[in-house]
Formats: sequence, structure tokens, C-alpha cells
Amino acid sequence: MMNQKKKLAVVGAGMVAHRLVEAMVERGADEAWDIEVFGDETRPPYDRVALTSFFSDRDPEDLLLGDGELWKRPGVRLYRGSIVSGIDREAKQIHARNTTFDYDRLVLATGSYATVPPVEGSDLPGCFVYRTVDDVAELRAWVLDREAVLGRKVKGAVVGGGLLGLEAAGALTALGADTTVVEFADWLMPLQVDQAGGGALRRIIEQLGVSVRTSTATSKLRAGRDGKVTRMQFADGDKIPADVVVFATGVRPRDELAREAGLELGERGGVLADEACLTSDDSIFAIGEVAHIAGRVWGLVGPGYSMAEVVADRLLGGDATFEGADLSTKLKLLGVDVASFGDAFAATNGSLEVVYADPTAGVYKKLVMSDDAQTLLGGMLVGDASAYTNLRPMVGRALGSDPTAWLLPEGMEPPSGSSLPDDANVCSCNNVTAGTIRGAVTDHQCTDIAAVKQCTKAGTSCGSCVSLVKKLMETQMAEEGLEVSTALCEHFSVTRAQLFDIVRVSEISTFSELIEKHGTGRGCDICRPVVASILGSLGKGHVLEGENATLQDTNDHVMANLQKDGTYSVVPRIPGGEVTPAGLIAIGQVASDFGLYTKITGGQRIDLFGARIEQLPEIWKRLVDAGFESGHAYGKSLRTVKSCVGQSWCRYGVQDSTTLAIDLELRYRGLRSPHKLKLAVSGCARECAEARGKDVGIIATDKGWNLYVGGNGGFTPRHAQLFAEDLSTEELVRAIDRFLMYYIRTADRLQRTAPWLESIEGGIDAVRAVVFDDSLGIAADLDAAMAAHVDTYEDEWAATLADEKKLLRFASFVNAPETPDPDLVYVEERGQRRPADDEERAVLIAGASIPVRDAEVTV
Amino acid sequence: MTEWQRVCELEALVPDRGAAALVGGHQVALFRLSDSGEVHAVDHLDPFSQANVMARGLVGSRKGVPTVASPMHKQSFDLRTGQCLDDPEVSLQVWPTRVADGWVEVQVVARSRAA
Repeated sequence: MMNQKKKLAVVGAGMVAHRLVEAMVERGADEAWDIEVFGDETRPPYDRVALTSFFSDRDPEDLLLGDGELWKRPGVRLYRGSIVSGIDREAKQIHARNTTFDYDRLVLATGSYATVPPVEGSDLPGCFVYRTVDDVAELRAWVLDREAVLGRKVKGAVVGGGLLGLEAAGALTALGADTTVVEFADWLMPLQVDQAGGGALRRIIEQLGVSVRTSTATSKLRAGRDGKVTRMQFADGDKIPADVVVFATGVRPRDELAREAGLELGERGGVLADEACLTSDDSIFAIGEVAHIAGRVWGLVGPGYSMAEVVADRLLGGDATFEGADLSTKLKLLGVDVASFGDAFAATNGSLEVVYADPTAGVYKKLVMSDDAQTLLGGMLVGDASAYTNLRPMVGRALGSDPTAWLLPEGMEPPSGSSLPDDANVCSCNNVTAGTIRGAVTDHQCTDIAAVKQCTKAGTSCGSCVSLVKKLMETQMAEEGLEVSTALCEHFSVTRAQLFDIVRVSEISTFSELIEKHGTGRGCDICRPVVASILGSLGKGHVLEGENATLQDTNDHVMANLQKDGTYSVVPRIPGGEVTPAGLIAIGQVASDFGLYTKITGGQRIDLFGARIEQLPEIWKRLVDAGFESGHAYGKSLRTVKSCVGQSWCRYGVQDSTTLAIDLELRYRGLRSPHKLKLAVSGCARECAEARGKDVGIIATDKGWNLYVGGNGGFTPRHAQLFAEDLSTEELVRAIDRFLMYYIRTADRLQRTAPWLESIEGGIDAVRAVVFDDSLGIAADLDAAMAAHVDTYEDEWAATLADEKKLLRFASFVNAPETPDPDLVYVEERGQRRPADDEERAVLIAGASIPVRDAEVTV
Repeated sequence: MTEWQRVCELEALVPDRGAAALVGGHQVALFRLSDSGEVHAVDHLDPFSQANVMARGLVGSRKGVPTVASPMHKQSFDLRTGQCLDDPEVSLQVWPTRVADGWVEVQVVARSRAA
């Protein structure tokens, strides 16, 4: 049968193209359209806005947009590394990959080029632009290489003191270069802030060690004897050394395809398009930075996304239009907040400016108000942009009696939530209004932030509006009479973190006392283990002591892992994965004597399966005698610290990763936490221990250790994020102590470190401040709590074996303590046994003609 | 005819923690509740996983109903009736219990349904 679907070709595979395809798929348009996307980069679409984070994260995969499933859908095709060389509008074909592709509709989303000013020497080796992942990767390699060759710090120069230039300066600084920013205008970021704001920005940036030259034109770049750039000369005759130069002077639309195809262009470039994003050819759309719509080219991702939505709607027969967009921006450049929104330069007739400046604190804030000082027209914030999220949606609206209140550092909390009108744009990246977010609660039954984000897309790009989205959601839920429930379960109306604090500050050390004073009922399988974990974290008694025993899931109760047939698996601790041959033989002998199925785990230790409950003490007696202790594989607690062999054997290792891993595993063993904890230590940047897949990952550098946090495998894999660099071992251990304790105190039940970091107000930066700057004044407390854990650790299995009373719980039957479960049936596979499946079971039981289920057992 | 089997001393049962027992050829899970002092007996066999594990589940309450949750996949059952609270189609068999002279006794009854 002929393919009835129409063909959509998309030229360009950047963020805006990605959004277009996503919008098409979301609306089911891939039923009617085959979508082919052509990108000249070798990567799938990635987050260009976050390019600089590539310097700290170092993994371009992290920047990719979406989960990749989009490109695997039938009818959606991404051609990477494919340059489109021409458009044949007559034949409705494009030329690429040495062939032609037909289209019914074509979308140009080619973006823009970074421009390089006509400066002599700008093509010397060592001169870069800052636009793609490859640009950034090359720049990084260059700086590291020059540093090694020159044997000193690299001198870097960035031409352009705008948004991109400061991003690049931040990147160079992060790479350890001495950096100078050269700006032609009289102050930094002239498009976003005024002279006073630029002055404030300059002071902050200079304090960070970046040199700034304004009102300066670059005239020439000189090469050294090796042919590589070495010096930058200015029009005023001055010069500075420069081993690397980055041009960040602006961008220009990539409109040459359209030009050659005879499409109409804007006066200063860009493909001319109407409010439907249609070009002068009504089969061709233009979106993103290449499009010239409503009188200009739009250089931000937010308007590009809006255009993509418009085109998706049009292709489905809709009549959406793009009529311009909010050019508000909020950025963190070199760690400095800069935001500008609305009429930031007070261009409106009669407008009034309200300014707050604190040069010592490095803060400059300005609001632009209407002539009656009632209506907010715009503003700019430098050094502290915390008010941005609340202020931006208020543009064009009355601010209330005292606008200055919005600018004070710790002043009154500005109104938000219910006061925001429905049409106020809350998420400018994805164009989501306050009304849409309220609708997610009222019409789509969203009751948590994750659901609202998924439903509305608000907060899913830059994330700066998430706190406001959350506030809107909670306010709306309260209005609907929906309880914003943070209750642990029906028995406790508080969160785990609150419960933790209650137990910590009170003398309560039993579940019954806690539920009597702070809860109701008898508890359940949710709150009982949580309380057990909290009591365990706070060192209030052995996990199997007295009443605590009734709180524990069977795994914690018998200190082994329940398997599908009701038997358990046993995992002795093997710190850092280091084990002696004698130790291996001892484990092997135990497994052999008890007929246990044996498998190596991902955490570099050995799991022994098929142990019956009444066998556990006997098995552990053997293991303890051989020098092993509990591996806590059953607990919400530290599992393992995985390591590579490191410097002691490896020819690449730069630190002793195995010793550190063993020390850390011994330090944190037995630590009870909201969920399991996994750590890893790699001895060099090759990362053989896969540390970035762990809650706490450590990677050796030649100067010390880099610390990553918040990684995990499992259902939703996450890469850990860089937390601190080049720490000494002592600094590292203190940082991990505090990080773990803060997590244990404040995380929700079964919340691993990655979602916990997201849920903390201020995210990883806030946690970093707690750990390194003691921003909450609790560091000493956290240190003491960890010291108490280390001091009071005892092996649970050794303690249990020494206590006759605790051993009673391992009886298989209270009236026949050593009788094995008669229903267990096994088959052999590859020389070991495993539980029989239903079919095998039927055969085995019938064959033996023993009616096992109803057998008379005399006791 | 009712026959009671003596299983264990009451003191051998830890309050709010289950224990398995063999009663007339059946694997039974016994629970002694801390607040009411009642002793309940239900199937030890978890109908969802077909493993003998119910005695190792956590005791709790749901809207006042005393419960045990399967340790395998956490379905809750009413300890008094055996009814699964998460799936109306599933239940555990319940055995009558009594305490005599400090001993727990369970009534031996024929299984009421196919195993």
C-alpha cells in the first residue's frame, strides 16, 4: 500500500527543532506525518543553554534533551552529521547525504553562527568560538594541553563582555586560566543591564579573579614562534599575553540555505516569516534564531520554543500565531546572578526608576515603574536575582503600595501564589501561565510538583520557576480543599524529616511511645520501618533490641534478604571489594556446606542464596568465625564502596582508591538512612569504579579528590553531579560526613539522594552551602552525629549470635524450630540449585508422589 | 468435631511480631497483638507469591483494622477475617485460637479451599 503519510523535513537539530518534534509527537501528529530531521552536528539535540556545565560535568551525554525515545519512534528519523546542501522548492526536495529527500512541508531551524570580528590573526590556532559542544570540547583540550606544554597557568582572553562572553570567561576560569574579558562597550552586558548594573557586575567579577577591560577594541592577535596565538593587541596600543582567545561577540542567523533558495530575508539577515512562522514560500516555515518574525530575530530559546509550538499547531490545521515574546533573562554567570526583564532600560515615556544598590554586598537592583509608580514595567537585578521569579510575571501589573519592598534583601515576602493573575507567564522557557498550572491541579488532578511539571512542562527547561510553580500548586490545592499532604502514612501526619527531628530532640526511643504521643493506631509497614531507621540513625539501640524488632521488615529483622521462595540470601561485607584468598575459600566452603547458590554482585561482593531462616545463625557463625561481618545488603543503609584497584597496581592510577574505599566503607558501615546508599571511588579520570552512578562518587585527580553526589542506577538512572573539586582526604571525609547526615535528617522515606537534592530548596548549591559554608549552622551537629555513629558501630550479626534471646526469631516454626519449610523445591542449573518454577514443581512433586501441601506433620 | 492443638506458650510469641507454626499439617502464621492481647492465626502461605512467609510480615492497622502485610509484595490482610484489603478476591484462611493455662491453642480444621 502507498504510504498515505505526509512528509515533514526539519533542517537543523538544535533545541528548537527538538521541541518541534516533541510537540508534534505529543499532539499525535506523527500519525499523519513522517518527520525527518537533519542536523550537522554528530550529536542528537542537546541543551545549548547549559553548555558551560559541560566543563564541570564533562559528559556531553548529560546535556542531551529528552531520553532519546523520541528518535526511536516509528515515523521519526534523525539524521546526524548531515549537512543539507540545497533546497529545490519547485520539486519540493532537499539535498543531503548525497541524495534527495522529498518534503510536503519544510521547517528551517538552522539557528545561528557565532561571528568572529575582522581582527587580524583571529584564525590563529588557539582562537575559538563558543557555540557547540565540540567548540567547548576543543577549547577545553587546548587549555589543558597548553597548560602542560607551557608549565604555567594559561592566559585566556575573551572578546565580548555579553552573556556568552561571561559564560566563556567562567569556563576558562574553571579550567584554571587567568582570564581577561574585553568589551567594546563602556560596560559589561550592555544589552541586559545599564551602566550602574554593569559596574556592579564588573566589581563582582573582578573579585572572582577575572580581569575586565571595557571601552576596548581588539586590533590584532599575534602568534608565537610555534605559530600559536600568544598575544592580544588593542587599538589603544596596549597589549596582553593570551594563550587562548575566545570570540563571543555575537551571532548571525544561518540563513544561507534560504538565501540560495530565493526566500525573502530580513534586512540584517534572518529568514523573513509571518506570524504563522511561514516564509515567503508557503510550504516552508522558519523557527528559532534563523527566523526574522515580528520585526526582529529572536536570540533566546524561549521564543524559539513558542515558534515550534506554533508550527506544530499549524501543521495540524490550527491557527496559532507568534507575535513576539518575552525577552526576560535570568542567568548565573561565574556564579553571579544577573536578570533583566520587561522594559529594563526605562524606554517608556515618563517611567520612574526605583534603585537599590549595595556595592559592598555586590548587589544592584532596579525596578522600572509607570509614571504613577503603580505598574511594574521592567527591571534588572545583578548579584541577587532571587526576586526575579516573583517579579517577572508582575510586569504590566500593579505592584502594590511599596515597590521598594521587592528589592530589599531580606525584606517582606512579596505576594505570590494566589495573587498572580491566570494569564501571568510563569515559565517563560515553555510559555506556561499561572492559570495552566492551577488547571493542572483542578482539571488534571496533579497533587505534587513532579506531576505538575510533567503535565504542564513548566520548570522543565531552566528550572528557575520551580519554586513559584510549587507555590502556585500548593495554593491552588489549598483552595480546592485538597490537603497538601506531606504525611508519612495514616498513622503519622508529619514528614519523615519532621519525625526525625521529633525523635532527635525528644527522649523518645521506642515506637510505642512515639505513636502514642505523635501518631495514631498501631502503625503499618510504612511507618514502622521508618521509625526503626530513624532510631537506628540516631544510635538509639540495636535494630533488633526489644520493641525495635517489631518495626523491622523481615530483611532487617533476620538480617538477610528475602527471596521469592521465602528463603534468604546472605552477603558478608567485603570492604572496597578487597578479599584475601583465604577469605574467598571460607565463603566458598560455607556456600558449599549449605548448598547455597553463589553469585558475584555489582557491588564487588558475593551473594549466597537459598538460606532457610533457621540456617541463618549457623551460616553466620561460620562467617563471623572466618572474620566476616554483616554486609547490610538487607538494610536501608550503606551497601558498598566500590573501587578500582588504583595507584597501587594500575599504571594509570593517580591516587590509592582501594584504601580510600575500604576506609569509607568501614566508616559508614551500618549507617541507617532513608534509602540504600552506594559509594564508589575511582583512582583516575578513567572512572573504572563507575563512581558517577553512585549516591556519593569520588574520582581521583592529581591534586586530590573530586566529589560527586546524587547518582544512582536502577529504574531512573542519574549521573552524580560535581560537588567539590581537588579535596584532600580529610576535607573529603568531612564533606561526605555532612552530606550523608544532612540527607539522613531531611530526606523523605525511600527518597534517594538524587530526588532529595532536587527537592531541597536551592538544590545542590544549597546543600553545598550547608556542607562547606555551614549556612545553617548545623555543621558541628552533623559532624558529632557521624562521630557518634562511627564510635558506636557494632557488627549486628556478631551481636545477635551472642544473644540467645535474639536467636529465637530464627525458628522456622515456633513448635518445630529446626524443621525446614516442607514446600521448598529446587532444580539444578549450571551446577547450582535454584527454586523450581510452577511446571517443574508439579512434575517433581507428582513424581515423588508425596502430597506435600497436605502432608501430615506430627509435632 | 473440634480439635484444639496446643502450639506454644503465650510468652513465646513476641507482641506485634508473627511466628509460624505447624498445625495439623498446615503452616499457620500466629500473631499476638500488643494492645488487645488477642492471638490471631492465618495461613502462613502468601496467596500472591505462593511462598510460606506471612508470619514474617509487619503487623499494623488500617483504619482501625488490625493487619498483617505480606513481606513479599506488601499486600495487607485483615488479621480477624483473613480478607485481603488490597484485592477483594483474595483472602487467607483463618484459624480459631484460644489461650489456655498460658498456652496458645489453635483449632485444627480441614482446609476450606484448594491450596
